[in-house]
Amino acid sequence: MCLGIPGQITAISDAGRKLAMVDVSGVKREVNIACIIGDRAIEDCIGDWVLVHVGFAMSVIDEAQAAETLRILIELGEAQQEIAAMRTSGRA
Amino acid sequence: MQYVDEFRDPDKAASLIAAINELIQKLAISRDKPLHIMEVCGGHTHAIFRYGISNMLPPEIEFVHGPGCPVCVLPMGRVDDCVAIAETPGVIFTTFGDAMRVPGSKKSLLQAKADGADIRMVYSPLDALALARDNPDREVVFFGLGFETTAPSTAFTVLQAEAEGLTNFSLFCNHITIIPTMRAILQSPELRIDGFLGPGHVSMVIGTKVYEFIAAHYKKPLVVAGFEPLDVLQSVWLVLKQIAEGRAEIENQYGRIVPPDGNKAALAAITRVFETRDFFEWRGLGSIEHSGVRMREAYVRFDAERKFAIPSLQVEDPKACECGEVLKGLIKPWQCKVFGTTCTPQTPLGALMVSSEGACAAYYQYGDLEGLRDRRAADAA
Ligand code: SF4
Repeated sequence: MCLGIPGQITAISDAGRKLAMVDVSGVKREVNIACIIGDRAIEDCIGDWVLVHVGFAMSVIDEAQAAETLRILIELGEAQQEIAAMRTSGRA
Repeated sequence: MQYVDEFRDPDKAASLIAAINELIQKLAISRDKPLHIMEVCGGHTHAIFRYGISNMLPPEIEFVHGPGCPVCVLPMGRVDDCVAIAETPGVIFTTFGDAMRVPGSKKSLLQAKADGADIRMVYSPLDALALARDNPDREVVFFGLGFETTAPSTAFTVLQAEAEGLTNFSLFCNHITIIPTMRAILQSPELRIDGFLGPGHVSMVIGTKVYEFIAAHYKKPLVVAGFEPLDVLQSVWLVLKQIAEGRAEIENQYGRIVPPDGNKAALAAITRVFETRDFFEWRGLGSIEHSGVRMREAYVRFDAERKFAIPSLQVEDPKACECGEVLKGLIKPWQCKVFGTTCTPQTPLGALMVSSEGACAAYYQYGDLEGLRDRRAADAA
């Protein structure tokens, strides 16, 4: 819940509600990206790697860092829990 | 040092440990009077145990496990409130999975679910919102808990419910805030802490400047730390370096995630929806001034505290339970009389045994249990 999990924004699903599809280790999930848009157009967020906390992208990270963070989370046993929880609830 | 192989860069880890040892020598710290470094965040507690970091460090450094595991500091009375809401006819009660097994005075949410309450584990508050849309004839309540890492997500969810005009969604707000909590820790006369590892993801939201008073007023070093083993080691080294050089500053080891000013959008959502409570009750720590938030008047129609009759009773922890002493760093988990006997992760008596970020669960899972029991027996003798 507090460690978050990295994923990549693949599409904007609802610009009005600031929702995007994020791919987290192969699991696709709709995520709120309001916190990471900044001054950009929402479409410019596609391709970003982000740290996702409880369905919200909270921080932009680089790809190498995303891979390393995921590896650590898998070792800590956190990633599996998050991904399982995401799988059971795929929508916003 | 059996765990060092797991490091991405064992050489770096080894040189950090060497540098830490060197500083300990230089500071002439004695083993009877170790340095106390508090890791505020439960994520760090978990990482420290998972990677055996305290075993890699010299015995002159002791970690004090801070109150930063939101599930662990939930008082029994609050769990009772959740159960009362969940058992109200017509309610769908939604919660993060972590909170399901925290004991209440009569039952946990898991037991309430077994007794027939409609309690659903969700991954995100947005899932609770979706449930509210799908079930217009039911009242969907989301149990919001956590520090500033998760508070923005529930704030945004409330704003979304407002935008959609939903009338059957409400939030049971139990969010807590880190700064008043740290202030309370620093003011506690029982506590001897030489430095802090600051929480990584809370700081991603609130930034690093808000900690300045800790250095300026209390003269303690604080290093905001990442969660990878090397992050933790490097942060410990940075704390020691400050102590050795007679400095007390706020440093940011986790700059790749944590900006000095935090996240503007997240902070704006928090301030829009929430306001500070005068007091908030913590498990084991008592009531801490300004440490919690509630919903602003403008959002009362989404506030479960006003929509439901909530018992809101203060309930004493069971006698045998020493969670408060552990949370304050006064005793180690294994020194609690019920640790590993009547209190285990399968049958938790206290919340510190429930979450994987809780100090007791971490000791139980990764500690040398036999050795710890022997030490407890020796202490008692
Ligand atoms: S062993 Fe159980 S009762 Fe004792 S402090 Fe830990 S969680 Fe609390």
